[in-house]
Amino acid sequence: MSGIVLDGLNVWFGEFEERVDAVKNATFTVPKGGSFGLVGESGSGKSTILRAITGLAPDWSGRMEVLGETLDHTRSRAFYGQVQMVFQDPYASLHPRHSVDAVLSETLQLHGFKDVDKRIGKLLDDVGLGPSFRFRYPHQLSGGQRQRVAIARSLAAEPAILLLDEPTSALDVSVQAEILNLLTDLRAERNLTYLMVSHDLAVVGHICDNIAVMQHGEIVEILSVENMRSRNVEHPYTKHLMASI
Amino acid sequence: MSNLLDIENLWVRFNTRNGVFDAVRGISFSLGQERLGIVGESGSGKSMTGRAILKLIRKPGLMTADRMDIEGEDLLGKSEPQMRAVRGHRISMIMQDPKFSLNPVMRVGEQIAEALRLHEDVTRSQAKKRSIEMLAAVSIRNPERVYRMYPHEVSGGMGQRIMIAMMLIPNPKILIADEPTSALDVSVQMQVLEIMDKLVRERGMGLIFISHDLNLVSTFCDRVLIMYCGRIVETLQADKLHEAKHPYTRGLLNSLPRLDQPQDRLEVLVRDPAWRDEPSVSGLL
Repeated sequence: MSGIVLDGLNVWFGEFEERVDAVKNATFTVPKGGSFGLVGESGSGKSTILRAITGLAPDWSGRMEVLGETLDHTRSRAFYGQVQMVFQDPYASLHPRHSVDAVLSETLQLHGFKDVDKRIGKLLDDVGLGPSFRFRYPHQLSGGQRQRVAIARSLAAEPAILLLDEPTSALDVSVQAEILNLLTDLRAERNLTYLMVSHDLAVVGHICDNIAVMQHGEIVEILSVENMRSRNVEHPYTKHLMASI
Repeated sequence: MSNLLDIENLWVRFNTRNGVFDAVRGISFSLGQERLGIVGESGSGKSMTGRAILKLIRKPGLMTADRMDIEGEDLLGKSEPQMRAVRGHRISMIMQDPKFSLNPVMRVGEQIAEALRLHEDVTRSQAKKRSIEMLAAVSIRNPERVYRMYPHEVSGGMGQRIMIAMMLIPNPKILIADEPTSALDVSVQMQVLEIMDKLVRERGMGLIFISHDLNLVSTFCDRVLIMYCGRIVETLQADKLHEAKHPYTRGLLNSLPRLDQPQDRLEVLVRDPAWRDEPSVSGLL
């Protein structure tokens, strides 16, 4: 069974003259337990693919399949138990007046878990934060700690798939290394499937097995990480990207 | 000949409810006609250093130094009106995000012309002509059209090039660039840096390039200061960055994922509390 299958996905915003085709005919498959990266400049549609999968982009056509089930234009509650997203900026994605405890317990209750108290402790342990962080507010945490809380929140529903939208680009390199290690460990422990968006080829090369390069809403090339490392690329835009590192 | 800038024992302090916080703790460095990189993590005091050079530390912040000279001329004794003649005219600064540094209700061309007219006695039409030339110099196609645009109509990369045009038009001797490309795309980053580099070289200016990106700095600068907790822990020639000795610099370099050397786990920087208390390394020439 495949984790994520996209077949001819188109996503657009606006209508008539104002219509912008953000994603055009995107087709790729991520095996279950696999890790797939999307790279490209901003405006190339890479984040829009993630938003379309979670149901945050209402206008789309084509076929999307997650864990064997074809997606409709509405998402069921069970879907969000399977697929969760981690956003780019942990400063913006946590409510400034909710403590870590409130953030996590609300999420757990929404997903219908009963042993909330025990699970919060476990989640904080899993992302490398101790129990002392439980009653803190976001402003009392560093950027890396906030991103850990955001990852803990996404793990609360025990999903099989994590959608990662530039999870480390707002962080310092030393903190980025910690978060990337955490993501590697979590994937190994829980057999998670990752779909990750980044503009940093080295980060994508570190986490992902296969990489799609996007430009102007289209996937121009899909390559394995081995081919990327050996610089065995075909499309001129990919070559241009590779030249900058 | 004296250096463009000499700073000795610079401190920036903030009085807070929990006592005094030292953002910059006694650093010394100088700038010649070179490209000097200042690298550090967030909170290391690198941006505060940049602001302190222009005396832009506002209350409750407090800035002190033993010496701060621009081309041998004292800056510390200058009053606020005298500083206004220095800012922009002799030292100018490019901030991180053009979205927040351009005036949203003024055409970009007029903003550039205003920067020129403040520092030089030129007529309106001359200022306009030179602004359009400057826009062309930062590789903007169709500068007449861009001159009439408003900031929300230009892209991030173009906005940053407009900022560079605005900062360079009064012909300053020193340019401070505080993370000039971190709000931009990777693909336009290099383009903006190349333009900045070319203009700085042509005009024989000194550049202080503040960034958190070690690799970028090593390709783009001549000399690098590495800051940690408000102190300079190491100074290096940029091309010898990979021979860095200080464990903090080494840790930063090793924590980057690398395409050519795949590894299962990245090295995590282990911070030694002793680094905080080490004396600052001098960056004087």
